[in-house]
Amino acid sequence: MRAPGPPSEVDAGDVLLSVENVSLSFGGVKAITDVSFDIRKGEIRAIIGPNGAGKTSMLNVINGFYHPQQGRITFQGRARARMRPYEAAAGGIARTFQNVALFRGMSALDNIMAGRTLKMKRGFFWQLLRHGPALQEEVEHRRAVEEIIDFLKIQDIRRVQVGRLPYGLQKRVELGRALAMEPDLLLLDEPMAGMNVEEKEDMSRFILDVNEHYGTTIALIEHDMGVVMDLSDRVVVLDHGIKIADGTPDEVKADQAVIDAYLGVAH
Amino acid sequence: MGRRAAVRAGVHREDAVETKAALEADTFPKLLLRNAEQFGERPAIRHKDLGIWQTWTWRQVLQEARAYAAGLYRAGVRRGDTMAIVGGNRPRLYMSVMAAQMLGAVPVPVYADAVADELAFVLAHAEVRFAAVEDQEQVDKIITVKDRLPKLERLFYDEPRGLRDYDHSRLTPIADIIKDGDAALADPAVAAFIDGEIAGGKGDEPSIILYTSGTTGASKGVMLTNARSIRAATDTVRFDRLTEEDVALAYLPLAWVGDHYMNYAQSLVAGFCMACPESPDTVAQDLREIGPTFYFAPPRTLEQLLTRVTIRMEDASRFNKWLYRTFIGVARRYGEKILNGEPVPLAGRLLYAIGRFVLYEPLKNVLGLSRVRVAYTAGEAIGPDLFAFYRSLGLNLKQLYGQTEAFLYVTAQPDGQIYSDTVGPAMPNVDIRIAEDGEVQFKSPGMFTGYFKDDAKTAEVLTADGYVKTGDAGFFDEKTGHLKIIDRSKDVGRLNNGMLFPPKYVENKLKFYPNIREVVAYGDKRDYVAVMINIDLTAVGNWAERNNVVYGSYQELAGHPLVYDMVAEHVAEVNRSLAAEAIMAGAQIKRFLILHKELDPDDGELTRTQKVRRGFIAERYAPLIKALYDGSTEADISTEVTFEDGRKGVISARVKIRDMALEPVAVLEKAA
Repeated sequence: MRAPGPPSEVDAGDVLLSVENVSLSFGGVKAITDVSFDIRKGEIRAIIGPNGAGKTSMLNVINGFYHPQQGRITFQGRARARMRPYEAAAGGIARTFQNVALFRGMSALDNIMAGRTLKMKRGFFWQLLRHGPALQEEVEHRRAVEEIIDFLKIQDIRRVQVGRLPYGLQKRVELGRALAMEPDLLLLDEPMAGMNVEEKEDMSRFILDVNEHYGTTIALIEHDMGVVMDLSDRVVVLDHGIKIADGTPDEVKADQAVIDAYLGVAH
Repeated sequence: MGRRAAVRAGVHREDAVETKAALEADTFPKLLLRNAEQFGERPAIRHKDLGIWQTWTWRQVLQEARAYAAGLYRAGVRRGDTMAIVGGNRPRLYMSVMAAQMLGAVPVPVYADAVADELAFVLAHAEVRFAAVEDQEQVDKIITVKDRLPKLERLFYDEPRGLRDYDHSRLTPIADIIKDGDAALADPAVAAFIDGEIAGGKGDEPSIILYTSGTTGASKGVMLTNARSIRAATDTVRFDRLTEEDVALAYLPLAWVGDHYMNYAQSLVAGFCMACPESPDTVAQDLREIGPTFYFAPPRTLEQLLTRVTIRMEDASRFNKWLYRTFIGVARRYGEKILNGEPVPLAGRLLYAIGRFVLYEPLKNVLGLSRVRVAYTAGEAIGPDLFAFYRSLGLNLKQLYGQTEAFLYVTAQPDGQIYSDTVGPAMPNVDIRIAEDGEVQFKSPGMFTGYFKDDAKTAEVLTADGYVKTGDAGFFDEKTGHLKIIDRSKDVGRLNNGMLFPPKYVENKLKFYPNIREVVAYGDKRDYVAVMINIDLTAVGNWAERNNVVYGSYQELAGHPLVYDMVAEHVAEVNRSLAAEAIMAGAQIKRFLILHKELDPDDGELTRTQKVRRGFIAERYAPLIKALYDGSTEADISTEVTFEDGRKGVISARVKIRDMALEPVAVLEKAA
């Protein structure tokens, strides 16, 4: 079981996660067909494609929300057949969602603190006590969370209910919650959807900083091509559930299949 | 050699202002030594970091600044060098100022939000060899203009984030400099040398060069000396009875004379604690947590606070709204009188006491102002209503009038002698006179020694007998003996019919409305007064939400007919109030428009201290000005805008113009 996953490419150095021949269908609808690619340690990997290309399904497969009918996923050298989302989370995969999924009634601080849940060792009964190890633990986690708050520059909204925050800031809080898990792999589902230029620039900056500062491997789905090409080290392109290109931003940009998929061709 | 010669050049101008009774500590580093001895365990600087307030005592500040100075010396900083300080209100940057001063180097603070071009101008002009900056943003800015800064040798930074992969041959974290200096100080010879440098500092050496915000043209480097700065600060510390028990929040730009005076100089002289906010966005919360006793806010900040309160009251329950309206009314009627110690009927006192309990104290608490003993506002004329609002709540808000060239204070209102339209009598030891053309001139203990490397400009501003020309028109009020400032003397104009047109007076009246953020008035040598208005996005956005006005952008909201209607009402009210004053009646607003974009210092439309640059705006928006005066009802405009990262773009819009009915002038016979 511990054997490293078979390298699919010659130059695949340190593969963190590899997807091999994965297919997923819902009844008769084929969402993903025989897709393979890998994510290397420390890189920013983008998954792009037109609407309905199967990008979000792919992320859902990676973090165990969907179970592919065929294929194999190897994460940190361990192949797995079926994994549940909480196992993925415990295993070091964190994610944000296309439509922000925060606890709207809680403060930004509490939302990010929620990201530490898996790291808390003391159970419910210890936490009922207001002293002792649970408090000690809380202090440590709070410190980690405050560092993230500082990192994302959201000190001013620490105590604000996230439901009252503008969209761009909610996205940032969600990123904070994912970071609080100290993940090995961070999945970002359209981190910049619905943002204005300035917010996008801020978010890009944060994504690069996360990658550099925490050394986190990032896989992201994004529609803004400018952003994708600027941010990512490698890009995989899906269209109608099929992988049509994979490579550096420059290679992908020049690929005829990609141009056709995005601009449309006469059928 | 040019640099050192030039720094010294200002020093020779030292003259008879120096008195024999020199203070025991004539430089800031010596004051720091004194404070570490006298108030050793008392807080000197606080800073909120990772959500917790961290404190440095005076002893710790001395220790850290001294180690920093030793590190800087080892990095090559020498007496007479200039060192730029770029960033927000961070303890390490204030300590950079201290450390540089310990070595006799001259700190040159620069506004953190200055765009690369402005930054390059100041750094090149000041010939800095070193720069201590806050973070990656500032480092990046300096790197983009490094070709224009051949003298710049090394950069020190406070916040390491994002800088890990940069070339560190000329880039060093401040923390490392301090660590290096600390290690070096273990050698008694080094320690003795640094202490010798501190002791050898002279009062007549320049302590800082502050670049003016440049309301008029390029910025000039105002040179101040140790002894003069300390003397000025000593006077005001006595005037307001500040002690080591006081606390101030350092939230205004570090490069601005107000911050350097109020927080740096006064805190060192009085030994009080200055608190640095967690981030620029958290100031309101930090203010509440710190509860300062000494508070300074430019009128704009007070305006924004009031706007916030007004908005929140709009959303309050009906009972709370009633409570607010009733007791603000009570405060307006009696509050100021009570604060000034004037006679007030018993019923008024009682009502005010109730108001205090149910409204004023809770409100001040929310704003973080409950412990404030002395509060000042300055920088621009404050709307009388705005001023009265805060005073009526029982806040001891006073006005002062000052300049960078004076090291701030020229006049200030003493407790109990407060009028919204004066700036107070001359400060102790300050000499004021009004020139024949109405210009205010002064001589003060803290006055500057000259503009850095600009003797021509220095000569322009200084009179033959050593007074400084302020460029402001003013007069002494006969009733109170206080100084009244009308406007910049070159700005006060006349309409073609000879009526007086003081632009700022008109603008300020409009700016009191929470919906209006900025106003630019025109009328000099014109037939009538016309204004361009910037709406306040927070206030108008809130109004739009409640009135189901849909908008997609600032531009769309600004052009909305209902917004125009609302602003027209404000303009009509202002016209009524102008008509009531005989000499101002001619300045009624005949036409107005709402600008499609916010005026912004990045586009050069406002100064870094947020004053409108009327001339520049007139040029930039020439088609709009033309339309205001040729009777057209709308005009097209496209303007270049600069984004925060320095890229440029173009915004175009069609802007509508509204005509206003003028009020009949009440007392015509007086106008002649």
